[in-house]
Amino acid sequence: MSKPKVAFFDFACCEGCQLQVANIGEPLLDVLDIVQVVEFREVMSEKWDGEFDVAFVEGSITDEHAVQRVKRIRERSKILVALGSCATIGGVNGMKNSFQLEEVGKYVYGESYKFFPTIHTKAVHQVVKVDYFINGCPIYQPEFLTVLKCILQGIPYYVPEYPVCVECKLNENVCMYDRGLTCMGPVTKAGCNSWCINNGNICYGCRGLTINPNTEGFKEVLKKYNIPEDFLMKKIEMYNKCKELDKS
Amino acid sequence: MSQNININVNYLTRVEGHGNIVVEVKDGKLEICRLEIVESPRFFEAFLRGRSIYEAPHITSRICGICACGHTLASIQAAEDALGIKPSEQTTLLRKLLLHYEHLDSHLLHIYLLVAPDLVGVPSFVPLIKTHPDVVRRALKMKRLCNELCDILVGRHVHPISTVVGGFTKLPRVNDLEEMHKRLLELQKDMEATVELFSKLTFPDFERDTEYVALVNDGDEYPLLYGDIGSTDGYRVSKYEYKNVTNEFIVPYATAKRTRWHRDSYAVGALARFNLNHEKLHPKAKQAANVLNLKPKCINPYFNTVAQIVECVHCVEDAIRIVETVWQNGINYDEIVVPDINELGKLPQRAGEGVGAVEVPRGLLIHHYECDERGIFRNANCVIPTNQNTHNIELDMLKLVPEIINKSQKEITLALEMLVRAYDPCISCSVHMVEVNFK
Repeated sequence: MSKPKVAFFDFACCEGCQLQVANIGEPLLDVLDIVQVVEFREVMSEKWDGEFDVAFVEGSITDEHAVQRVKRIRERSKILVALGSCATIGGVNGMKNSFQLEEVGKYVYGESYKFFPTIHTKAVHQVVKVDYFINGCPIYQPEFLTVLKCILQGIPYYVPEYPVCVECKLNENVCMYDRGLTCMGPVTKAGCNSWCINNGNICYGCRGLTINPNTEGFKEVLKKYNIPEDFLMKKIEMYNKCKELDKS
Repeated sequence: MSQNININVNYLTRVEGHGNIVVEVKDGKLEICRLEIVESPRFFEAFLRGRSIYEAPHITSRICGICACGHTLASIQAAEDALGIKPSEQTTLLRKLLLHYEHLDSHLLHIYLLVAPDLVGVPSFVPLIKTHPDVVRRALKMKRLCNELCDILVGRHVHPISTVVGGFTKLPRVNDLEEMHKRLLELQKDMEATVELFSKLTFPDFERDTEYVALVNDGDEYPLLYGDIGSTDGYRVSKYEYKNVTNEFIVPYATAKRTRWHRDSYAVGALARFNLNHEKLHPKAKQAANVLNLKPKCINPYFNTVAQIVECVHCVEDAIRIVETVWQNGINYDEIVVPDINELGKLPQRAGEGVGAVEVPRGLLIHHYECDERGIFRNANCVIPTNQNTHNIELDMLKLVPEIINKSQKEITLALEMLVRAYDPCISCSVHMVEVNFK
């Protein structure tokens, strides 16, 4: 049996999630024993023009050229994986969607903005079908390896639908709300082992909103701590602005 | 003699981000020679408007995964400058430590995974797993050590968690210092092997004199986190005058802005820092420079990688010094800051303008912010190292192509790719050319 052919592609992103993969370190050699990485532009010059068994796509889709490119990648791939927040939910690039596109272009590039045609930021699944989602800004390496194992065994991977709070409680962190702060943990998908809160920061919601968040309960929490709803909406927008484009 | 050459490198590999090299030679005459940046812009400066300046480090870190800690530190410096926050001595020391980790992590990735394959003539590190297993293992181990150092200090390397405006949301415990110390000693050994390995490899022989720009200071510390902006042509200005240094201009065939100061172009990065501040390097780093045959003022751009190796030696030694100093002083845990957008009002808020100027792996990085009295962004401007190098790279290519024009197209292409790679360009970052008129 030949090794599955794996490739990495990037769109509008910081390439940090691919770097997280390169950063796995020596265990990476074990991974390279069972798969054949045929394309990974950030660290390899090799190119491949055949079919991919698994294509990891990092970044969000922000122009027509990218739409065409990701469609071509989809056509050539048996399995397509959205890697990291930009790909899974649009990520910080989604904040652009709060503005008029032309105004954004002019603000950054002045009159040469026409050289940078841009469309509303989209997550990858809003353009092509996605088979696996690896959330996070950046991705959490243990989760990446778990998903990779699922892919290679041909079984689905279910992103946890319970909130970050569940993991946070297990990690015995003091609740940010008790510290007088607003944290996105209660409405954000778990799976990162409450990485940011373990390090004394709040959750920014980078893994995306839970499918069925307890909105009413959360409103009560906000009321209890006297936090205005629009303040929270702004926080949600940091990563989750593209959700508005989901056809549900 | 090649009469006609057409080189079109679409999506240059082993660099961060998307760039193309285009060279056209017609009847033996060089007609086109340029480096195109084709990354999709993300408009960071535009969507920062309306966000809290306290969120700036978190958001601007996402400009780049490779230089995340560098952006975070420049962002914090600009925000604190705007808000009038003075970091404590402990905070400053730990930030310097983080910056060392950033340089190590980024340089090692570049030296081993991106440049080394060229020097042995293979397309990536993958074939090296079979031919040079010890080297690949060492490279991956060093990468892992750097990542672990960042994990201990700030939670992770890609988008650090605990380093925020005002200080740190989490401070290392004594056993954390011990763990960092242990790993640094291991890196110290690995750096010896690295210097040894690269002293046997040959870098291309090419020279072009240019102006080198980096932070400078009056002290005896190798300046990375603070300093004035200095040049090998003998100039020095404060960071607030950065616009007089960058003098951004536009070339007709590219939308990305270029920079020049006293000559047609200038270079930033490890080689620029070495040329300006070599005397302030740790003695061991100076020794490494000798072994690797790097002498100031070095004008061979391919030697930027060598300067990175020398800097790695320096960063390991100075990081060990910092960890030992913090250990001896003891950590003051009362300095832990509450994160987020200052809901508790523990930190000041005021209308202001601030500049952060930090030497990140690829060179001088500037963040320039302006916020209103509620601490909400009015304007933001970032000047990225790779943008400052783009024009310099092109002028290098212009001088290099005629010198090697008798070689095959394949050889010329490789020489040009290696030249661009030597600068360690970070193209995700470099699409942030901004036109903001601060009044």
